[in-house]
Amino acid sequence: MLALKLAFRNLLGAGLRTWLNVSVLSFAFVLIIFYNGMIDGWNRQGQRDTREWETGNGQFWLPNYDRYDPYTISESHFPLSAKVRLLVKKGQLTPVLIRQANLFPQGRMQNVILKGIDPQQKILKLPTATLAQSKDIYSAIIGKRMAKTTKLKVGDKVLIRWRDKNGTFDAREIHISSIFNCDVPSVDNGQIYLPLKVLQDMTMLKDEATLLVAGKDYQGGNLDKWQFKSNKFLLADLEALIKAKKGGAVVLEGLLLMIALLAIFDTQVLSIFKRQKEIGTYIALGMTRWQVVGIFTVEGGAHSILAALLGALYGIPLFIYLNTTGINFGAPDVGITMAQIIYPYYGLQLIITTILIVVISATIVSYLPAKRISKMNPADALKGKLQ
Amino acid sequence: MGNSSLIKIERLIKRFPVGKGYFTALNGINLNIEAGEFTGIVGPSGSGKTTLLNIIGSLDTPSEGTTTVLDRSISDLSSKQAAQLRNNHIGFIFQTYNLFPLYSVFENIEFALLLQHKTAAQRRKAVMRSLEWVGLTDKIKSKPAMLSGGECQRVAIARSMVKRPEIILADEPTANLDSENSHHILQTMKKLNEELKVTFLFATHDEKVMKYLNRIITLKDGKVTDDTAVLQTQNV
Repeated sequence: MLALKLAFRNLLGAGLRTWLNVSVLSFAFVLIIFYNGMIDGWNRQGQRDTREWETGNGQFWLPNYDRYDPYTISESHFPLSAKVRLLVKKGQLTPVLIRQANLFPQGRMQNVILKGIDPQQKILKLPTATLAQSKDIYSAIIGKRMAKTTKLKVGDKVLIRWRDKNGTFDAREIHISSIFNCDVPSVDNGQIYLPLKVLQDMTMLKDEATLLVAGKDYQGGNLDKWQFKSNKFLLADLEALIKAKKGGAVVLEGLLLMIALLAIFDTQVLSIFKRQKEIGTYIALGMTRWQVVGIFTVEGGAHSILAALLGALYGIPLFIYLNTTGINFGAPDVGITMAQIIYPYYGLQLIITTILIVVISATIVSYLPAKRISKMNPADALKGKLQ
Repeated sequence: MGNSSLIKIERLIKRFPVGKGYFTALNGINLNIEAGEFTGIVGPSGSGKTTLLNIIGSLDTPSEGTTTVLDRSISDLSSKQAAQLRNNHIGFIFQTYNLFPLYSVFENIEFALLLQHKTAAQRRKAVMRSLEWVGLTDKIKSKPAMLSGGECQRVAIARSMVKRPEIILADEPTANLDSENSHHILQTMKKLNEELKVTFLFATHDEKVMKYLNRIITLKDGKVTDDTAVLQTQNV
């Protein structure tokens, strides 16, 4: 308590030098929290969007299905049992049939994935209801990215070619009934959504599906040969990507923190040399050398407490503003789930962790030069002799 | 000099390493200082005055011999015990005042009491009493930079007195002061010595100080060459 009182008294008395260090450190505080808040906000939005648009409350896959291996798609289909059909009827599951195909927009050929989905489903956010509303049986919905790359608009007709279950090619025109706006690229890029029944008929895979998407009401349990994949598994790639982004941010934050800590270290070294007489006087007045080390360590560490207060002064209004308006990234198309406007998420854990990291590192860099005091001869310190 | 000595020094030797050899700053000192003395250690620069004062104040340790202060052997004290001895029983006054520049007069004097964990009310009372002794109650909020040299030294005296120590060690307390301020300071210290029975031990080569002393110990080349009790009538 005494060390804290004396340290703050000395720190505030040192004036401009203190405030320069505190300013740089407070900037490090705010930037660390801002950047991590943005990444956390992106992560939360990305996970929520992916769940809402693609993975639901988990998926059931066939044993040989691999979403990253197109060769597994043609063999990955299985009839829906009565038990599954009952769960579909209850709205706890929705089956998706996945097939490869070729699209021929404006005379070009493009590989696409056809996804058959129940137009009545409510589990995913996909606007499948428009498939049911269309008068054309072969109506399809696509995402805005797909529409952009294929130059397709609502009402356009486009030729597709596919193979049925026997490997026989077939082709016909489909009608684009709706274009949806989704931030999850894997739901959008190269994907065409057709009514499940239509795709089953087209491929002669009556009552079959490639995967089953579970809704939030699904009670769990195994289904025939279907294997359950939790969201932890399904979102692992997104999490890994976010983690990598955070790793990159650590370099920037580390650099900024290092500059601030270097300034504190420098100030401490200078302070100990300049204040040798003061150190000697502290000891003469009855302090132990380690108590003086404590004062100087707390003094350096107290920079971080002042920095937290200063950072809060301008950081809190900034964070509240960003939380309200969000950060507009234009229309990103970076191949990963990313919304146009990201709302940063400033959790208590992030703030406490950042404060702890900065306070502990500032205290450590303050202690390193301060421990020299423990080796000082007080009689020499009183004379101001360099030691 | 009986067994009741406040400070007892026997065959004290202090050496400092210089290059590959040693410089002997104190060479076989034997001294006894009784409670209530107003004693000066005098001698030219480099005679070992400050070194002797530092050892008595437990800021340094003897190379050989024994120094006993208030029945505690300086050589045997741990760092913490030495700090406790200084904090509770010894006051220091320095040539350059050594006030904390960022602290007010009140805070400078209060500092020693903070280390003794006194309450705020106790600290305030003791600081005010000290300031009354040195006649600086009107400068309570001033910073050292706003005070004259004489005033700074009076603050330093108040700081050393505030914890009511048995011994005050004053190292060239008048060296930076003019004649008038020196006499003022010395009169203040003499008054405190007589009224509060505090033992004062000076290291000085200032003629003005010598006029106030009851006993003059002369050091030369680290040895006591003279130890004279001075009659009160000789004092100013």
